[in-house]
Amino acid sequence: MSTAQYVLSDSWEMTKRHLRQIPRIPELFFFSLIQPIMFVLLFRYVFGGAVRTPPGIDYVQYMMVGIFAQSMTFATAGISTGLADDLQKGLIDRFRSLPMARSAVLIGRMGSDLVRNLFVAIVMIGVGLLVGFRFTNGFWGGLFGIAMLGLTVLAFGSIGAWIGLSVRNAETANIAGMVWLFPLTFTSNAFVPVQTMPGWLQAWAKVNPVSIIVDACRGLFIGPPQFAVFPAVWQALAWCVGLIAVFGFLAVRQYKRV
Amino acid sequence: MTDNVIIAEGLVKRFGKVQAVNGVDLAVPAGTVLSVLGPNGAGKTTTVRMLTTLLRPDGGRAVVGGHDVAREPDAVRKIIGLSGQYAAVDEYLTGRENLDMFGRLYHLPARAARERAAELLARFRLTEAADRPAKTYSGGMRRRLDLAAALVIRPRILFLDEPTTGLDPRSRLGMWEVIRELVHEGTTLLLTTQYLEEADELADEIVIIDHGEVIAQGTSDRLKAQVGGERISFTVGSAAMIPKASSAVLAVTDATPEIDQETLTVSAPVAGGTRSLVAVVNALDAAGIEAHDLGLRRPTLDEVFLSLTGRRTEDEQEERD
Ligand SMILES: Nc1ncnc2c1ncn2[C@@H]1O[C@H](COP(=O)(O)OP(=O)(O)OP(=O)(O)O)[C@@H](O)[C@H]1O
Ligand SMILES: [Mg+2]
Repeated sequence: MSTAQYVLSDSWEMTKRHLRQIPRIPELFFFSLIQPIMFVLLFRYVFGGAVRTPPGIDYVQYMMVGIFAQSMTFATAGISTGLADDLQKGLIDRFRSLPMARSAVLIGRMGSDLVRNLFVAIVMIGVGLLVGFRFTNGFWGGLFGIAMLGLTVLAFGSIGAWIGLSVRNAETANIAGMVWLFPLTFTSNAFVPVQTMPGWLQAWAKVNPVSIIVDACRGLFIGPPQFAVFPAVWQALAWCVGLIAVFGFLAVRQYKRV
Repeated sequence: MTDNVIIAEGLVKRFGKVQAVNGVDLAVPAGTVLSVLGPNGAGKTTTVRMLTTLLRPDGGRAVVGGHDVAREPDAVRKIIGLSGQYAAVDEYLTGRENLDMFGRLYHLPARAARERAAELLARFRLTEAADRPAKTYSGGMRRRLDLAAALVIRPRILFLDEPTTGLDPRSRLGMWEVIRELVHEGTTLLLTTQYLEEADELADEIVIIDHGEVIAQGTSDRLKAQVGGERISFTVGSAAMIPKASSAVLAVTDATPEIDQETLTVSAPVAGGTRSLVAVVNALDAAGIEAHDLGLRRPTLDEVFLSLTGRRTEDEQEERD
């Protein structure tokens, strides 16, 4: 087999490892769903009435897409904690002492987390449908929207990989992968329109990558006339690819160094 | 020598200000066992990590199985097995799944990996627990699984970092047995330990390191002779008895005994084995001293240190903390 084939087969072996863990730690999957579901209930029924949405758009449409995107960014903590735990337990050392492809540990981790978060996304879409969310941009819009969510997992997962390999301690990694996500996602347009924020915050919220990703998702899931697909999708793609490139590079460098 | 399969020359590793390894030389002939012995923080793990391609040395070089670890790390990884200081297996996978995964990562064909996993599980008495997550294993079982994982490809060269630390005496004996078998089959082994007794049991040659430097080297017998071989030790009922006990021992052994005031323990090197033991018992009896826990034992790593460096290992720990 060639090197490229080894990258594939070793990555698949690592992906399998993580996928097997999911049903064996059901509580982890369960609790990773609880939080976004609570946000749905909170924003749909508690804060929802107070938010002024753009004309012609129901708040449930508006905030559900925000929650889809937000719950994908939480992939960061899962990946950072998992990698730090592997490091702490000496598993990374073992993998690095094997003649396996070096990239497989990171690829396998990201690949399996992508699968896991797509499950989360599907459950969240189901919850959304229950509380009144509707796809209004057709089948392809919805499908590309889900693909955009997947890309978000990889982008934020790369940040998580770098954090996990840098802090080397599972508890710290869990917190370090999480704390900044709340301010980041809440100072975006995920839950409230940017226009209702104070001026200084608007400036930030408009350039916040979460806003840009949410915009693209709204374009794909809800669609025009309220939400344009382009250029939002291009901007979001650029952000995601950029994050993957930068943090992927940093994570690989850190992996070689640990 | 050409038949050394593990060679280190002047290995150096720094972590910031800490000089973890400071010019270590090692040479392990094919089919033999070298034990690297040292207290906490001596640089054992760091040395092993450099030899197994996990860390790049800051200085010096190492050749394992004919391949330079810095220049041909992949070639080295294909022929070595490593079992690190902490049992590194996936807790949520079963024993079988773990071994199967490692086999696949060594690029064995699927079937070969599966068969090898079953073989190793049987050999390490894990067949019954094979389909339970490793999380449910005892410390000893986990350690055996970890060692099994290092043996997936039947490596010619094996590195074991403190393989018995944290095991109860029975599991330790079991582990020793397995290690002896491997050596019997011709595996070259580098093993680190904090226990002189373990090095004594398993190794052909012992290297003692401290502060990243080799401070003594030789066969077990030679090192023991250097620190005075066997020791007699016993405790007395009260501090008042120590002077009398001490002079009774001195009279027989010709060596000023070492006294631990806290535990009321008296110990001294003896040359004559059980004959010396009997002589000391008689001398104590004559002096009217009742001794407890009396017996012969090998010197501990602590005593080896004391005699080699003039200081105890714990003193150092305290200094550093
Ligand atoms: N990654 C690291 N970063 C910083 N310092 C380190 C690192 N690894 C080891 N050290 C330091 O290097 C020194 C040697 O550590 P090492 O782990 O090699 O010792 P050891 O002999 O294996 O000890 P132990 O018996 O406790 O396992 C210690 O002072 C340790 O704190
Ligand atoms: Mg160590």
